Amino acid sequence: MIVGVNGSGKTSIAGKIAYSLKKEKNNILLVPADTFRAAGIQQLKILADQSGVEMINAIEGADPASVVYDGINAAQARKRNVIIIDTAGRLHTKINLMNELEKTKRVIQNEAKEFSLEILQVIDATMGQNAISQAKSFNNSLGVTGIVLTKMDGTAKGGIIIAIKKELNIPIKLISLGEKLNNLYNFEATKFVKALLD
Amino acid sequence: MFTNLSNKFQIIFKKIKNKGKLNEDDIKNCLHEIRIALLEADVNYKVVKEFISDLYSQMQKEKISESLTPIQQIIKIVNKEIIKILGSKQNDITINSTPPTIMLLAGLQGTGKTTTAVKLAHYCREKGHRPLLIATDIYRPAAIEQLQILSEKSNLPMFSIGRNENAVNIIKAAIKYSTKKDIDILIIDTAGRLHIDDILMNELQEIERNIPLQEKLLIVDAMAGQDALNSAKIFCNKIKINGIILTKLDGDSRGGVALSLKKVLGIPIKFIGLGEKIENFQAFHPERMASRILGMGDVLTLIEKVESAYNEKELKRLDKKIKSHNFDLNDFYFQLKKMKNIGSVNQIVDMIPGFNNIKNNINFNKLGNEENELKKIEAIISSMTNEERENPYIINGSRRKRISRGSGTQIHEVNRLLKQFYQVKEILKKGPIIKWRQNECQ
Repeated sequence: MIVGVNGSGKTSIAGKIAYSLKKEKNNILLVPADTFRAAGIQQLKILADQSGVEMINAIEGADPASVVYDGINAAQARKRNVIIIDTAGRLHTKINLMNELEKTKRVIQNEAKEFSLEILQVIDATMGQNAISQAKSFNNSLGVTGIVLTKMDGTAKGGIIIAIKKELNIPIKLISLGEKLNNLYNFEATKFVKALLD
Repeated sequence: MFTNLSNKFQIIFKKIKNKGKLNEDDIKNCLHEIRIALLEADVNYKVVKEFISDLYSQMQKEKISESLTPIQQIIKIVNKEIIKILGSKQNDITINSTPPTIMLLAGLQGTGKTTTAVKLAHYCREKGHRPLLIATDIYRPAAIEQLQILSEKSNLPMFSIGRNENAVNIIKAAIKYSTKKDIDILIIDTAGRLHIDDILMNELQEIERNIPLQEKLLIVDAMAGQDALNSAKIFCNKIKINGIILTKLDGDSRGGVALSLKKVLGIPIKFIGLGEKIENFQAFHPERMASRILGMGDVLTLIEKVESAYNEKELKRLDKKIKSHNFDLNDFYFQLKKMKNIGSVNQIVDMIPGFNNIKNNINFNKLGNEENELKKIEAIISSMTNEERENPYIINGSRRKRISRGSGTQIHEVNRLLKQFYQVKEILKKGPIIKWRQNECQ
């Protein structure tokens, strides 16, 4: 499940992860649970097509938890081993929206018991101290299992993840360096620190 | 009302209470705290350094060390200085007397350009203009569809000729189109781009070279950190940005980027975005932003919200209920929910006439911060019969047990709620202590 604040790069990451896992011969289903954002579903569909990965249909305005429910059932029926769920961007201060995410998580836990759940929070490298606040909130609500650091192809260094890792001990798993589908890499601390100090 | 910074100063100055004056060390400690507060607010570190040094001079000038109320004085100066930096005379958009007026929105990826373009169009329309939105993001998947859907939802006209033409040609076609329709403002949504992407930055320059742009607005995310100044500088070098719109201020980011940009680039911040709805678009208020950056909370906005929710009619209704001793659990819950909708109950409760003595006697801290608390209260009250809500005095032990079971809460939580309710009712009976309207201030 891919979560994070508005504009952090979730949909792009969902596409990139799909692309990457597809190359490793996985059977993937993309689930467009961002039913709020205008053309959000279309955006993910284009990335799905570019990656050669299947995406279930969803309608704008549908209940995200229902979309996830349907997605999981479809994935199980079609014998998929990976389900990638894109969610709507939300500010961590919006309690109702955070509750909605918690509800979605519960659906996943109930319906997809045989799958291991990875909750990835996307953090934009250009973010300031507020990223810590974001990470805390998302972690409190959902239990974040990994961070994806995006937009590292700019001049921002993303140093805030040091504070996040120190305070919350959430592993930084992936790093994204561009808008292309293959610009996704495993996070390597040494490389990151070198770039930080350069 | 003054939170973090004020508290930190209190600690520094506790010891000087008796001597009453500040020495050099006290001032240095003070400046240190301000420095930390600004860095925590994401103000660029170079800007902070300069600000602190200017502040030091200012404090010498105003002879802070001789002031009997140094804390208030210092906070006032810091606040004043920040407001001075953030302020501007040129903070609205300019509309040509002869149409069309063309506005460009540019910025990094994910800052909220498309959403803001639609808000800006709506803003213009509300002012009696006829705007046209133009889609020039030919790169990002479904970008044009996004603008299309948002425009349709708000009944705003949008222009697009697909992804096979370059931005300049799209805009030229839009201008041609607009002359045939009754359009007086063109708002160009562009693709998000990195300041170091030469090709895309050239595209912006091409647009500037070929199209007469009245407004060139940089869209900046309020959560942006130290690098925001670097990227903004480059955008401003490449094209003549004349205004900034700060987005996503409905979060809890302090927004120090505003101070950095205004101080270094001198470009006025014209508007702020406060949410995803089309109406969540406001003029920029330097005083409120200063307060936010300093971590004093957006108290002014909160006061406005409270005053509008508790208007004359509302206050009279509340007053009547209280005076007639009919204030029951239904009313209690209704008021709590109303306050919670505005903001944190703890922050607001003393802003409401009649309630403003309650904070001294009841700890609403938990209720202020935890959404679950209100849900629990709702569950408890829902598990009561109407009679119980109107006459809580009848709620004996066995009823409390039933209610706690029915609401999935513990008996001590039911007890606490009832206790809080009785306390509130007692205090309300005593009548309002302070009248809050400025003109009735006692």
